[in-house]
Amino acid sequence: MDFEFTDEQKQLGAEARRFLQARCPPAAVRAVLEGPQSYDAALWRGLGEMGFLGVVIPERYGGLGLGYLELCVVAEELGRALAPVPFSSSVFLATEFLLAAGSEAQKRSWLPKLASGAAIGCLALAESIGPVSPKTVQLAAANGRLNGTKIVVADGDIADFAVVAARTAPGADARGVSLFLVDLKGPAVTRGVVETIDPTRSHATLTFKDAPTEPLGDPGDGWRLIGEVFDRAAVLTAFEQIGGADRALEMARDYALERMAFGRPIGSFQAIKHMLADMYVSAALARSNGYYGAWALSTGAAELPEAAASARVAATQAFQHCARNNIQVHGGMGFTWAFDCHLFYRRSNLLALNLGSLAQWQDALIQRMRERNVQAA
Amino acid sequence: MNFDDTPEEAAFRAEVRAWIDANAPKDLRAELETAGFAGVTLSDVDPMAVAKAWQKKKFDAGWACLHWPKEYGGRGATPIERVIWGQEEGPYGALAGAFIIGHGMCGPTMMAFASEEQKRRYLPPLAAGEEIWCQLFSEPAGGSDLAGLRTRAERATDGSGDWIINGQKIWTSGAHYSDYGILITRTDPTLPKHKGMTMFFLSMKTPGVEIRPIKQANGDSGFNEVYFTDVRLPDAQRLGAVNDGWKVSLTTLMNERLSIGSGMSTGFPELFDLCCRIETANGLAIDDPAVRAKLATWAVRTTGLKYNGFRAISAISRGQTPGPENSIGKLVAGSTMQDIAMFAEELMGQAGIMTDPELTAAAGRFQRMLLRSPATRVEGGTDEILRNIIAERVLGLPADIRVDKDVPFNQIPTSAR
Repeated sequence: MDFEFTDEQKQLGAEARRFLQARCPPAAVRAVLEGPQSYDAALWRGLGEMGFLGVVIPERYGGLGLGYLELCVVAEELGRALAPVPFSSSVFLATEFLLAAGSEAQKRSWLPKLASGAAIGCLALAESIGPVSPKTVQLAAANGRLNGTKIVVADGDIADFAVVAARTAPGADARGVSLFLVDLKGPAVTRGVVETIDPTRSHATLTFKDAPTEPLGDPGDGWRLIGEVFDRAAVLTAFEQIGGADRALEMARDYALERMAFGRPIGSFQAIKHMLADMYVSAALARSNGYYGAWALSTGAAELPEAAASARVAATQAFQHCARNNIQVHGGMGFTWAFDCHLFYRRSNLLALNLGSLAQWQDALIQRMRERNVQAA
Repeated sequence: MNFDDTPEEAAFRAEVRAWIDANAPKDLRAELETAGFAGVTLSDVDPMAVAKAWQKKKFDAGWACLHWPKEYGGRGATPIERVIWGQEEGPYGALAGAFIIGHGMCGPTMMAFASEEQKRRYLPPLAAGEEIWCQLFSEPAGGSDLAGLRTRAERATDGSGDWIINGQKIWTSGAHYSDYGILITRTDPTLPKHKGMTMFFLSMKTPGVEIRPIKQANGDSGFNEVYFTDVRLPDAQRLGAVNDGWKVSLTTLMNERLSIGSGMSTGFPELFDLCCRIETANGLAIDDPAVRAKLATWAVRTTGLKYNGFRAISAISRGQTPGPENSIGKLVAGSTMQDIAMFAEELMGQAGIMTDPELTAAAGRFQRMLLRSPATRVEGGTDEILRNIIAERVLGLPADIRVDKDVPFNQIPTSAR
């Protein structure tokens, strides 16, 4: 039994932190927030050069061929830094879909580019307001062509290709959902950038008009693949959230030490101390759940679905809790554009809805616990 | 990152499992599994007799106080082996209730501060469950403000070097069945409060010691008031230097947080089970999304605590000292248990108020939990004290401004003066 990352894994995390401190200071996040660009292209190239985009991609496809524990420590650092790059779309999702279901030709054509950062991939799933389910996937795929619109596609404006969920059999059944790879650069795709609560991560509406596709995985297997990849991505996203929660807590702690009121640091008031203690507790519980998820992900354990949901629920709650109380500790200054608190607040609420809402993951966790209990009985 | 046993750990686990399988009181297993939250009650036998017999059996076979050195009755086991033992002992571990304070707090304090002869005399019977120990710390004027304690220890005027103790302790768990106790007193009230205290140990049968059980809000009597009237103790029963008792107490209290905080129940598995059986207007409670949302929040607190404990054990295995970050166990478990108890009763509807184990669900566990959980949030460091500890000692925030810190103890204003 050893519930810790190895020294080598921690070193990788430290290396990622140093790199991000140099290349992704708050000013770089702000540049994307306030500027016209959708992401920090220089940082993206740098991440590719460091190998961070291809951590789990096998060496024969141009990656580092390391494991998911290594990717978790990198994800945590990206979360801390609020890195304004399409990492989750390209690495947690597009790469994982290709690894899970891509043909050899598809892997050969995309994985090396994803590993280097030369290409960006994304997932196009939602079509309407409300939680995504098999019945909300109605985009029509017929005769190798795709028609319809996907909304709030993370990084849809900058990606080279999308994994698109589309309906291959009419109705609401999960078995009628299939996945396709779609080149986003051709004339059959119209992209419109949408404004969101977190402009440091770009999102787009994608409209397909007779867009040529190639199938990814077996027909009718799309919904199952989405579930499988989302469990993996949930653990990785949880680490991003854990990193963000820790940083928000540190900011609040530092400010509480430095800000004086009533003749003493505000951090000496119990109202503030107890708020910070509760933030610490939520972050610590999220981290411990995350470690379990990381273990399950890295070993392919049968516990992964339950562990991933636990990690995801705890990390979502922790990041939202820490980010909003970070503003509270900062008082009025925390609500200014100039202070960075709102960047964490925005990101925490964005990540809370990636891959499905808190309520969906809570529901999934209990459903999975129940299935395990039924099996055991 | 590895949640599986190494070959050595697997071998140790197999040995533990075989021994427990051959020796545990298996006829009580079912009853022990549904016990908890407010102490063990067994229908046909005296729980203390069963607990003492089980502890002695463990001791004789070398399975008591695993982390203690062998010469004091332990096994010299590694922290991981201790975790494995706990996992394998399972429901039988609930029998150790009366020994927790002695094994977790008094024993380590004796180990750190008693003479070699005393350690050899007192620690093995403590490990064996033959002698039970309690911790005489809190007072009416010193709870969260423990250093506000006023029980006096003065040198006898006969030149013997003995100490004469006068005063009162309160909230002493198990004093009524304890054989010995460790006792913190004030020896110099002219010094600032943290500087004039001294620690002793004593037999609870010493003349002048009077124990009065406290009837608690839940109707039980686990805690006591202990009065000291001219109790005479030899200087040899002093632990640590004169006026150095605060430092000695910190050893005890750190161990207290570790032993209380690790592996605490939140009641989640029991609630999950209840939700799988209770029918609501919308079908089984477990299928209701609103119920699921609550369950999931408590589920991840429960698993978070579990894996937090494992991370702490890993740190100890690597030679690190358990730190104040372990304060979160009881802080989280206490209020979660209270929330869960309230919710379980809400699910039962009007019937949720019944406490009769024959009539209500889960043999009345949730009702006992409801009535006991307020104590969990107070004993062994209140939620508020634990938050202070996390804020100050983990996050590095300033200590509270203490108006009494550098004032001679006998000049500090009190509600009595």
